Amino acid sequence: MDLLRNGIESIKNRNGALHMMILPAVVLLIIFNYIPLFGLVIAFQKYNLFRGVLHSEWIGLDNFRFILEFPDIYQVIWNTFYIAIMKIIAGLIVPIIFALLLNEVKNAFFKRSIQTVVYFPHFLSWVLLGGILIDILSPSSGLVNQFLSVFGIKPVFFLGDDTVFPYVLVATDTWKDFGFGTIIYLAALTNIDQTQYEAAVIDGAGRWKQTLYVTLPGMMPVIILMMTLSLGNVLNAGFDQIFNLYSPIVYKTGDIIDTLVYRTGLIDRQYGPAAAIGFFKSIISFVLIVASYKLADKYANYRIF
Amino acid sequence: MFLWFNIIFLIATAILCILPILNVLAVSFSSSQYASANVVSLWPKGFTFNAYDFVANKPEFIRSFLIAVKVTVVGTLINLLLALPTAYVLSRNEQKFRWRTIYVWFFVITMLFNGGLIPTYLTVKEVGLLNNFLALILPGAVQVFNVILLMNFFRNLPKEIDEASLVDGAGHWTNLLKIYAPLSKPALATITLFAIVGHWNNWFSGIIYLNNPNDYPLQTYLQTVIIKPDLSIISSNDLNLLSTVNERTSKAAQIFLATLPILLVYPFFQKYFMTGLVMGSVKG
Repeated sequence: MDLLRNGIESIKNRNGALHMMILPAVVLLIIFNYIPLFGLVIAFQKYNLFRGVLHSEWIGLDNFRFILEFPDIYQVIWNTFYIAIMKIIAGLIVPIIFALLLNEVKNAFFKRSIQTVVYFPHFLSWVLLGGILIDILSPSSGLVNQFLSVFGIKPVFFLGDDTVFPYVLVATDTWKDFGFGTIIYLAALTNIDQTQYEAAVIDGAGRWKQTLYVTLPGMMPVIILMMTLSLGNVLNAGFDQIFNLYSPIVYKTGDIIDTLVYRTGLIDRQYGPAAAIGFFKSIISFVLIVASYKLADKYANYRIF
Repeated sequence: MFLWFNIIFLIATAILCILPILNVLAVSFSSSQYASANVVSLWPKGFTFNAYDFVANKPEFIRSFLIAVKVTVVGTLINLLLALPTAYVLSRNEQKFRWRTIYVWFFVITMLFNGGLIPTYLTVKEVGLLNNFLALILPGAVQVFNVILLMNFFRNLPKEIDEASLVDGAGHWTNLLKIYAPLSKPALATITLFAIVGHWNNWFSGIIYLNNPNDYPLQTYLQTVIIKPDLSIISSNDLNLLSTVNERTSKAAQIFLATLPILLVYPFFQKYFMTGLVMGSVKG
């Protein structure tokens, strides 16, 4: 008994060591995450690099008034939503369908090989994929247009025509990430009780009915979870991808909040207005992410910790 | 019947996923005449190593490649050295370590709310890290998502082993390194792969934090030569060589060489990351 009490005492006393273990990460987060959070106040300042955050002049909402006068600001906000929502929908549906089809295959080696190949593009950067896509989507020499010309289709300037650009973004993004997106659904599929299928077969259910009445309901909790969590991405249209694929000729439909912040802040060095746009995005994203976690907790019984 | 259609469809989709990469590979080994005539699809025409010779003699490419290797190795080690103890502390039982809840919230808040590009950039500038190699590593050194993944994995391990080891007088570090880490291979492999890929693919930090192209890691360098070609960076030496090497084949060779390290590490980690990701996503 004494021994046990001693043990518990010593565990208690070693909590100091725990604080030391976590300290480096806490310090780094304070510097690179919490300080920038307070740095958002420059959205309300006439920020001056030499005076810094503490001594720059406060100008209230002037930066916000200034950005609302940007000729394309509403278009940019709309583009962000439009591209992000299309990506979310495609990013939900395609992996689910692919996981269902893959699940019909019984050969484990074949299944694994397909998985290995379709996950791969997820691990490549948008710089490399951008380089590849600029080449294969080129109107004069690209592989895709050469293929289309076989069917008598005139060359399409995929990256230079603002009517198709958003859809090129959605298609290429889905192409890159759908494979990786199947992981979570495939995991859910392996957890479905096999006896349910046996029972369904005895009841005379064919492949289609089994999918409809056993597989899909079995996947439902994960599908609902992914739907709720995707809410947090409604303002993330994909900076890396767009930055590497867009050009001024497609700004009309392809410019998004993040690229506008980059150009305003780091190219034009208008830190205050750029931070104001970023502030707007951070606030809305915060609301969306909290809402998505609440919904995920309520409907999918999910908590991140 | 359905099964055959399904298998053909799956194979076709898988091929579609690597087709562009195969095309790049084929172009990189083709001679410049064929490449510029657009006749190379999936097999090299006029097989040659010219493009690779060209790239191998390009000091900027070699230099940025080596910088990227350095950033990836150092950055990944730092990521892991921070993630392991942090996840361990966050995985403690609230009853025995009441600070746990406070710490978890401290970490989760950074996932909910962030300062965004401009304040982060200005902070890095204020800290004096502009044009410093560490600007590529320190701002993202604590990957909260990975920490939470590892924490959940730790919490899903049986608690008895842990208590036994602590009662036996082992310290927290011993407990972490001798008991937790060896049992968490799938989660560790997963976050290691994410860290390696994340550092290797990081091009944006270089663009915003580094002014001197000589300091660029590979992907930042490639961003400037492949996506936004800046003629001022191309040396006269390059212009001479460009007569024998087509711009397209040299780009293809560089893209393929930049993909290669990922192709090499991928098989080692692939068998773990499904387990790692799934077990780490469930709260314990």
